[in-house]
Amino acid sequence: VKVCVIGAGAIGSLFAGHLATVADVSVLTRREEHAQALNDEGLTVSGRHDFTVRVRAEADPRELPDFDLGIIATKATGVEAAAGSIGGKFPRALVMTVQNGLGAEEIVRRHGDWPLVSAVTFMSGTKHSDTHVEYILDTPTWLGPYGETSYARVEEIGQLLVDSGLKAEVLPDLLPAQWSKLIFNATVNGVSALTGLPHDAHFAAEASPSDLGHLVHELVDEGKQIAAAAGVELHDDPWEMNVLATKRGSAHYPSMLEDVEARRPTEVELINGALVREAGRHGVAAPLHAAVYRLVTAREASYS
Amino acid sequence: MKVCVVGCGAVGSLFAANLAQLDDLEVWAYDLYLEHVDAINHGGLRLSGAGEALGRLRATSDPSELPSCDFGIVATKAMHTSAAIAATAAAFANGCVATVQNGLGNEEAIAEYTDRVIRGTTFPAGKLLEPGHVQWDVKGDTTLGPFEPKPAPADEIARLAEACTRAGMPTTAVDDARGPQWRKVIFNASTNPVGALTGLTHGRVCEDPELRRLVSGLVDEGKAVAAAQGIELDADPEELIDHAAKPEVAYDHKASMLQDVEAKRPTEIDYLNGGIVRFGSELAVETSLNRAIWSLVKGLEQSW
Repeated sequence: VKVCVIGAGAIGSLFAGHLATVADVSVLTRREEHAQALNDEGLTVSGRHDFTVRVRAEADPRELPDFDLGIIATKATGVEAAAGSIGGKFPRALVMTVQNGLGAEEIVRRHGDWPLVSAVTFMSGTKHSDTHVEYILDTPTWLGPYGETSYARVEEIGQLLVDSGLKAEVLPDLLPAQWSKLIFNATVNGVSALTGLPHDAHFAAEASPSDLGHLVHELVDEGKQIAAAAGVELHDDPWEMNVLATKRGSAHYPSMLEDVEARRPTEVELINGALVREAGRHGVAAPLHAAVYRLVTAREASYS
Repeated sequence: MKVCVVGCGAVGSLFAANLAQLDDLEVWAYDLYLEHVDAINHGGLRLSGAGEALGRLRATSDPSELPSCDFGIVATKAMHTSAAIAATAAAFANGCVATVQNGLGNEEAIAEYTDRVIRGTTFPAGKLLEPGHVQWDVKGDTTLGPFEPKPAPADEIARLAEACTRAGMPTTAVDDARGPQWRKVIFNASTNPVGALTGLTHGRVCEDPELRRLVSGLVDEGKAVAAAQGIELDADPEELIDHAAKPEVAYDHKASMLQDVEAKRPTEIDYLNGGIVRFGSELAVETSLNRAIWSLVKGLEQSW
């Protein structure tokens, strides 16, 4: 099997490193030096697993070898450019999106007719260098068919991920899981970016009236009402996902927090913006999510 | 007539230095900032900017040095009210104590230690430039009235207002001072934390239509809580918000709460949005946006 991972941040590097133990893996990077370093040194995975593998890396999409499975592993803000870089090519490939939020599949669809696979991932890692990623949380990736894609093909991909050492669960319909994660991310990432708190015990605290857990709970409840109005039955309760995650010991730094601290654009449009737009489309009031969305957007505006 | 300003920061200094201009008044200042106290005792208290004055007064950090006073003017940050009045209450055993602080709950704290309390709201602003020297940024009016559970007599309130006015701080004594207080609380609660959470100046908050809508959502909740108590606002806080957003007024002003957040100092959020939520829950008025903002800023403080 030939796999191409597009985008080699922490999540892309975790996919590429693991899959390279069972498949031929190519990696498309944004920077030439990054590709060069991967070609010279290979890719090292540490943490929960410990190995170094060879991958073929390119910064120029025209140099990419043919592949059967493309994984778009950029941030939500990078999907347009990533899909554009393979647009109109690789007709035999299946393409999988793993972004937070909603709408990545539609963006990819505009660039080609590949069968698409929807995925959300809960694994996490930290990139220590261009060639070294630490595998931190080994929570699963959920995947399911998008549009006409057959379930059998998604099962093959799920099996490939499991064979590579990653955790994966194949679902007939990913939408309930995507929405669970959407509500979770819109709530946790937004609150984290605004408060500067990593995802720690504050997010589940509901003892005194100003405790953050009240707000988190109300945001989750608002999100559930939007999901219900959209006809989506959630796969997991986002509040329980939140409570569970805060009990893990080491607090996770959501990417939206890292982004605002580094004064980078965040994924707010595809996460919080997407949820607020869904609320509008289905006629549900979402004043708290609208507030978080506006505040994070304004925080981005304050960079300049 | 003896007056003691309790908490001689920027606003306290405006009252102290101006009142010290009057021959028939003996002015004292109580403050814990030793360098500031020493500077006032050696060279006087200087104001520059919107008005110039050099006030000769006695300052101390030792409450036992204070004489028995006719009036106290409490001007600490709201979170220091209880400690400051507990320390100085003996000086006001036969006097009246006014608050000119931000927020809700200061009168209640003062009434725990003294018997004749004056509810006050003041709009002048400044900042401490160096010990003994305050920059007077904005002139403005002050309103004083009785705090009903433990009211100061009307003629005493009028006497203090007359002295302040004569000293160059225009002050009106009224029967019900809650209107101006709630107008200012609603103004501060609806704009300061939005600046603090986004990093934007007042003008930039107001020119983003979506963010301005969030501000109005906060204002509407505050108005509903005021109305439920039978309080008639002396003017619409929205007018003050739009007025302050003008380039020649406070477009570039960083809210004091944003300055606090940047310096990682505790904010007055408990007494602004927290106060609105507290009154709202007693009166069964919905305040979910103010509660959200309260939690976010508390979370921000917890991240330090």
